[in-house]
Amino acid sequence: MNFNLSEEQNMLKDSVARFVRDEYDFDSRRANAASELGFNPANWQMFAELGWLSIPFDEAHGGFGGGATEVMAVMEEMGKGLVVEPFVATVLMFGGLLNKSGNAALQDANIEKIIDGSLQGSFAYLERQSRFELADVKTQAKRDGADFVLNGEKTVVSNGMAANKVVVSARTSGEQCDEAGITLFLIDTDAPGVERTSYRLMDGQLVANIKLTDVRVVGDHVLGDVDKGYTLIEAVVGDVIIALCAEAMGIMQKLNTTTIEYTKTRQQFGVAISSFQALQHRMVDMFMAGEQAKSILYRAVCAAESGAEDLPKNIAALKVMIGRNGKLIGDEAIQLHGGMGLTDELDVGHFVKRLMMINTTFGDADFQQKKFNRLTYSD
Amino acid sequence: MDITFSAEELAFRDQVRAFLSESWTEDLASRINGRSGDYKAAQIEWQNKLSAKGWLAPGWPVEHGGVDWSVTENFIFETERSLAGIPDVVPFGLKMVAPVIYDFGNDEQKKRFLPRILKNQDWWCQGYSEPGAGSDLAALKTKAELDGDDYIVTGAKIWTTYAQYSDWIFCLVRTDSSGKRQDGITFLLIDMSTPGVSVNKISSIDDHHSLNEVVFDNVRVPTANRIGEEGKGWTYAKALLAHERTSIAAVADSKRKLRELRDLLAQEVSGGRPLSEDTQFQNRLSNTEIELMALEYTELRVLASTADGKGPGVESSLLKIKGTEIQQGIQQMYMDLAGYYSGVIHGEDTAETIGHAFGHSARQAYMYGRAATIYGGSNEVQKNITAKYVLGL
Repeated sequence: MNFNLSEEQNMLKDSVARFVRDEYDFDSRRANAASELGFNPANWQMFAELGWLSIPFDEAHGGFGGGATEVMAVMEEMGKGLVVEPFVATVLMFGGLLNKSGNAALQDANIEKIIDGSLQGSFAYLERQSRFELADVKTQAKRDGADFVLNGEKTVVSNGMAANKVVVSARTSGEQCDEAGITLFLIDTDAPGVERTSYRLMDGQLVANIKLTDVRVVGDHVLGDVDKGYTLIEAVVGDVIIALCAEAMGIMQKLNTTTIEYTKTRQQFGVAISSFQALQHRMVDMFMAGEQAKSILYRAVCAAESGAEDLPKNIAALKVMIGRNGKLIGDEAIQLHGGMGLTDELDVGHFVKRLMMINTTFGDADFQQKKFNRLTYSD
Repeated sequence: MDITFSAEELAFRDQVRAFLSESWTEDLASRINGRSGDYKAAQIEWQNKLSAKGWLAPGWPVEHGGVDWSVTENFIFETERSLAGIPDVVPFGLKMVAPVIYDFGNDEQKKRFLPRILKNQDWWCQGYSEPGAGSDLAALKTKAELDGDDYIVTGAKIWTTYAQYSDWIFCLVRTDSSGKRQDGITFLLIDMSTPGVSVNKISSIDDHHSLNEVVFDNVRVPTANRIGEEGKGWTYAKALLAHERTSIAAVADSKRKLRELRDLLAQEVSGGRPLSEDTQFQNRLSNTEIELMALEYTELRVLASTADGKGPGVESSLLKIKGTEIQQGIQQMYMDLAGYYSGVIHGEDTAETIGHAFGHSARQAYMYGRAATIYGGSNEVQKNITAKYVLGL
């Protein structure tokens, strides 16, 4: 029994930490997020050269063959730097869907390009009405000979503007919220009938709504099986939730350290405010929330690595705790920074906003708790 | 990152399961868990079985009768024990005074006390807290003055669990009040049958008698019963505290109770529907379960770090705080589940007469359970410790 990273995993983690330290001070981060694509393409090329874009892919496709542990190591450090480059959207979501699709031709055509940094991707799953229900899909895909024709609108697609290709969930059969009848299509964002509108989220992400009007997709651009896309979505979303929670864990650690340091230097009533017991106990609560979050993250990573039967329950528990503990840490970090915590100039608020966005992504704590309850009481 | 058990460890787990299922009987369970008048005899009967198997004091050094278990094996044993509903051994002799004796005592003391503890011949209790020294333990005033080869001890200890059953008490006493408070404290072993020792019962809000006040009125204690040097008692006592906090977390016990609670929820009904369908209960239960899932791994992290030779560390405070919060959360849910029956006092009536089996015990657990956030250093003191030693505030 051990919770140590291997030497190789440690090197990977260190290389991301070094990048954040050397290339990603808060001003650079701000500039990267504000740029046209929502990130810095030069950084993306650096990620490719450092091999990070190859992490989850099989060695057969030129990948690193990494699992949940490697992804955790990378994401934790990216969290500490609030990295906006679309590692999650392109590599983990888009790449993850390709990886698990079983479609060799699509894998051969795309994975190498993800790895060399020339292909940006995303997963368009959300619709105006669907909230956190991944199966609430109205976008229609109708067969037309060997092709499918797609109509509908996907919202808040992360990396939606930079993406060259997007995986879209669409309904090929069944009712609006049925899990059966959802199919995943790979579309080019410059295909006729694809219209994108961009906007920004509070965490600096540049996202897009993608409107599909009679978009023609060839039949072999289906990921997984027709009507059975939901299983694939669930598997990949599970992996991505673990990754996002690792990012959140990095953010929580950063907020905790920053807050402790600040209270040690901030003087009021003639002493450092860190000497007040009321504040000390709040910081201990923050510390405990962070440690518990780390423990349940390790738990989920171990479950993913061993393919444990109760993996979905572990992931739901993880997302609940990351959401709740992240809120506690975020709120307290601002509170303990006093007026400074309210300023846009300080990084604290930006870390908090990223935590809030992570809580929302793929179902907030309340939603995930319902799922946890269902997994516990419906058997 | 690896939490899988090796083949040897799995074989060990089977061995533990086999032993426990064979040795732990219904009869023992009802006498020990019911804390009936027969409690002490039943507890000793159980501990004798462990002793015969050689598993009573696995944490002790092998030369004194311990077992050379790895941290993982120890974890497996504790988990299996808890999941089988078997309470821990009475810790005062086996887990608290014994390590002080084998780490800091002299050969004479080791030979005299350790074998008797291992054979369940002496029952021990702990004399730390005093009426004026609770969280601020170093404020203790019980005085020990040298008189030839003896100390004369005068003062009082309080909240002494099971003093009424005890043959011996280990005490922190004050031998010097001139310098720093922590420096004038000495660790003494006192025979409870010595003239001048009296035990006053304290009835607690769970309608049980486990707490006591122990009064020392000019009690003569030979210097041969002093552990280590005079004035070093604080150091010896402190060495133990991290371990105590870790075991107070009782993660495996909480896991078992949560499972039992879930079964009860499915049996009890409200408006004709099982309470397990009640979303309020589901949410409360899952709030606790999720914290516990995390705490289980926090404990494993602490254990893994101990196995690496880094010691349980100051994070043990976290285990204590979260572990006891979870215990109290579970006790509260039992109470709410029992509804009216949480108020029923069984007395002479049996559960069958009343028609409800767990309300009474739920209340007792709830009421006595208030102690968990107070003992072993109150949770607020744990936060002070964490603030100072972990966060460097």
